Amino acid sequence: MASSTNTSDGTHATTEAYGGDHGGSGVFPPFDSSTFGSQILWLALTFAALYILMSKVALPRIGEILEVRRDRIEGDLAEAERLKQKTDQAIRSYEAELADAKQKAHNIAEETRDQIRADLDEKRAKVEADLAKKMAVAENNIRETKQAAMDHVDEIASETALAIVTNIVGRTAQKAAKDAVAKVVKG
Amino acid sequence: MANDPIKQFKITDIFTIGGAGEGETGGFEIAFTNSALFMVATVVLISAFLILTTRGRGLVPGRLQLLSEMMYEFVANMVRSSAGTEGMKFFPFVFSLFMFVLIANMLGMVPYFFTVTSHIIVTFALALLVISVVLVYGFWKNGLGFFKLFAPAGVPGYLLPIVIPIEVISFLSRPISLSVRLFANMLAGHITLKVFAGFIVTMGSAGAVGAFGAILPMFMTVGLTALEFLVAALQAYVFALLTSMYLNDAIHPSH
Repeated sequence: MASSTNTSDGTHATTEAYGGDHGGSGVFPPFDSSTFGSQILWLALTFAALYILMSKVALPRIGEILEVRRDRIEGDLAEAERLKQKTDQAIRSYEAELADAKQKAHNIAEETRDQIRADLDEKRAKVEADLAKKMAVAENNIRETKQAAMDHVDEIASETALAIVTNIVGRTAQKAAKDAVAKVVKG
Repeated sequence: MANDPIKQFKITDIFTIGGAGEGETGGFEIAFTNSALFMVATVVLISAFLILTTRGRGLVPGRLQLLSEMMYEFVANMVRSSAGTEGMKFFPFVFSLFMFVLIANMLGMVPYFFTVTSHIIVTFALALLVISVVLVYGFWKNGLGFFKLFAPAGVPGYLLPIVIPIEVISFLSRPISLSVRLFANMLAGHITLKVFAGFIVTMGSAGAVGAFGAILPMFMTVGLTALEFLVAALQAYVFALLTSMYLNDAIHPSH
């Protein structure tokens, strides 16, 4: 495997010394210090390139993707929370209004009932007063009529008695008849 | 030679840049090796996947975009939980480390592919980078207060002479343990896998009895492959998690 034509180079002399051979002769490859320089150099170059690519391109990009996603999720959750609160508020105000309306309806019903009852009571009182008045008048009438009748009864009785007495006795004693009638009535 | 479990770790030049033919400037020659190729492949794969799948910026992610987002959130949660919100400024760093180690390990699981993280120098360089970041940021932010890291709060004064050296040694051994853990896991796993796979070939070529005997290493290889995938993912996670914890020390030194 003596592919390299460079024999004047001290750095790679060892490499070529066992180039076409197996590891039995020469140095164990990982401890072959002649390759150290080259390995460190390429490691430095490649690792620096990797670090720059990672820190400038790949990682900011992935970080941005993750951040955008996190922001989006948080934004969506906040929006959902906001809408939920809005809904809750709407429900609350609806319930408040409903309770208010119920109260109002109740009040109106109560008021109407009271009014009707008052009206009724008033009318009944009026009618009753009216009736009582009429009754009193009627009773008065009856009493007057009765009185009048009673008065006439006395008169009729005394007249009748006079007539009877006149018929029987043939004479009249008006004054005596009246007294007799009065006595009977009183008795 | 196909059986050699070490050959898979060998670095070979693919082409070289500069310095050709000049002995004096040979030290400036840059070789593009198989290791470098797989480092480039790792970076290209990670970047292409993450950038292309998130191109749509879908509010509702597709499958591939979701995978990218899961990677992001997985590492972000790890950093946040072990280094706090303040540690998130190191998130791109930890993420790059995690993805680099993870994809390099996973690419290494593909047959004939080179495993970048099976070389101690690579893992050690990464660990040193982590510790350097910890040290620089720790001193920049806390000044000399960073030394409180070595004196945990609540430890009685007479214990400090014992505790401080322990803490210093444990701090100094961090880059070593961090790098050796990853390196040794990848190296040992790949060698074991190769050795058992080699048994199948060796025994299979030794007649009927051998072919029958090759069944055992066959199952071992299947099991080890699954285990190696687990180790590959786990080591990337461990590396990133320890990095986050070390960064936490730099941000909040007084435990």
